[in-house]
Amino acid sequence: MSAYIIRRLLQLPVTIFGVSILIFLMLQLLSPVERSALYVQSIPHNDAAIDGLIAKYGLDDPVHMQYWRWLVGKKDIVTGEWEGGVLRGDLGYSRTGRQSVVDLIKQRLPATVELALWSFIPIVGGGILLGVVAAIYHNQFGDQAIRVFATLGWSFPTFVFGLLLLLIFYAKLQWFPPGRLSDPMRIVVSSPEFTRYTHMNTFDGLLNLRLDVFWDALRHLVLPIATVSYVVWARMLRVTRSSMLETMGQDYITTARSKGLAEKRVMYSHAFRNALIPVLTIGGLMVVSLLNGVVVAEVIFNYPGMGSAFARAAGSLDALAVLGFVLFSGVILVVVNLVVDVLYAYADPRIRLH
Amino acid sequence: MTENAVPLPKTIQQEQEPDYALRELSRLEKLIGAEWYRLIRGVFTNPLSVAGLILVMIFVLMAAFAPILAPPVEGAFDPYLIPRDGYSPEPKPPGTIWNLNPPPVPGWYQTLTGRDYWVHLFGTTSGQFDIYYGIVWGARTALFVGILITTVTVTIGMIVGAISAYYGGWLDDLLMRGTEIFMAFPFLLAALTLSAILVPLFGRGIWPATIALIAFGWMTYARLIRGEILSARERDYVLAARVVGAKDSRTLVRHIVPNAIYPILVLASMRIGDAVLSFATLSFLGVGTDIGYADWGQIVSFARDWILSLDTHWYIIVFPGIALLLFGLGWNLIGDALRDILDPRMRGSRG
Repeated sequence: MSAYIIRRLLQLPVTIFGVSILIFLMLQLLSPVERSALYVQSIPHNDAAIDGLIAKYGLDDPVHMQYWRWLVGKKDIVTGEWEGGVLRGDLGYSRTGRQSVVDLIKQRLPATVELALWSFIPIVGGGILLGVVAAIYHNQFGDQAIRVFATLGWSFPTFVFGLLLLLIFYAKLQWFPPGRLSDPMRIVVSSPEFTRYTHMNTFDGLLNLRLDVFWDALRHLVLPIATVSYVVWARMLRVTRSSMLETMGQDYITTARSKGLAEKRVMYSHAFRNALIPVLTIGGLMVVSLLNGVVVAEVIFNYPGMGSAFARAAGSLDALAVLGFVLFSGVILVVVNLVVDVLYAYADPRIRLH
Repeated sequence: MTENAVPLPKTIQQEQEPDYALRELSRLEKLIGAEWYRLIRGVFTNPLSVAGLILVMIFVLMAAFAPILAPPVEGAFDPYLIPRDGYSPEPKPPGTIWNLNPPPVPGWYQTLTGRDYWVHLFGTTSGQFDIYYGIVWGARTALFVGILITTVTVTIGMIVGAISAYYGGWLDDLLMRGTEIFMAFPFLLAALTLSAILVPLFGRGIWPATIALIAFGWMTYARLIRGEILSARERDYVLAARVVGAKDSRTLVRHIVPNAIYPILVLASMRIGDAVLSFATLSFLGVGTDIGYADWGQIVSFARDWILSLDTHWYIIVFPGIALLLFGLGWNLIGDALRDILDPRMRGSRG
């Protein structure tokens, strides 16, 4: 087991290196002027100053030199201070956000993490439950209904689904509002006696024993969560269902049945537990569709997280901000995939020997 | 099983594979081969995939007859630019009369509605772009973009996968690590980023988003075709071909690739719908086609200005939304059926 983990950990730097190369190549599609935002917050308008910037930061240098500088940054000869450098945690400046990309990510991250954490409950619970039910009632009405539900979710563009939810539950019924908090609660949250432990409103509300804040924040989360979950469900259902079906065809299930175990017992202690293992493999895929869903849901529900900042940056062609966001999410995904692989190897010993 | 034998309980009864060799081949089957025959017969006998085929056919016809269904305004510069009825920011509901510079009225419209003037059948967006026109011509955009993205990604994937599997060794390692790196990014986010970067180079239009979706869309095909070729290489018929002295290239092209192609076909058919939905999402987020271009996602993006009054302006999202949903559904239903037919694990089951 530990050999497998070490082998997998050794691959990590290689992947991260590849990711950085790909980001850097996309960066090279930008003009040198735009790339100067890696080092300075505002790009000057006159040609002489721009030429000065390009010369100072070597934005016309050979590609490998630029790559190195992009990684470690550049030391200012006069002041001795370092500027830029991805490894130093500097992703340059966002033109639209008027701040550094890292600050923008830090500021927006808690809201997105909150949304993603809450979404996991319906995604995992609902997705697995529906998949198992579909498999148990294979080709009966329940199975067909769940498959139609999944195919619809698979075909539904996330943004149309989200807008329809908004149309029905906000514009028509006025049940769930968009945004992150209603105005009175926002005043409560920004007041000095409210301590912001996590910057996630639901958890902060609980920790401060303000159930009204918790409740209000949760109400704002319902529609984005529903949007994100429906999209991920569609993917998860298929895997859970077919994995469960396959497991139910195995010999040990037949053995369990023939030794007279109750059908329920066969399903839950023999089939279900083994069927869950392949579901683990799509953990990475789930995080991908979660991230995709989060971007769209945040835009539609005007939810001030990383996704909506990312989309706004893309829409206004703020290249450095989008590259920063995508680098960040790429690194997260690489780590998630590593964790999933290790868990999978732990759950299924056959993988380790492979 | 003899007549006297006790029948096995249903759960352990083995499903019998139909014995193709003993069955008389139909003429079509002889013509196109058993695999293709099974595929086509399966698609046409499954009610869900027939529904999918019908849906896709409707969109193909809509795209083909777009100039008749929604004739462009006379002297229009580009038929893909949606004609507008004024510039007012307030969307108009379905049935509003088209006042300013309406397109010519086609015969079918007169007979069906009894009117000799155009109304906005599905209403207008802000800026008075006609939604009906956008949906009809948007079918062309969708089919073009979907088929283009899928063809190019499949081609790239097949080349990378085939080279990887055929040469193996360090080249295989290099290509597969490269593939993994492209897969390290969340697909939609990476495509969004690349198209935001490409917009200044190409200008707004279908190209930035299309190129971005191609750049981050070929990896699954590459891995799949590589796996298929690697497993096909070990089969007996390949060994047989080698034994009779067929050249490597001939074995690859005549025996390995034709047998490896089916899973690609399934994936590709499902991905046409997916590609169009991703493209629409990019358009919706503002890095796709320009305002007023006949593209479903772009029309829906007008709704972003009317979030608070969506119940009165429902038609901005409902009509293009239905078009997107049915388009995606059509391809997915076909893909689902193909997958069930081709999945060897499903072959024996009642599914």
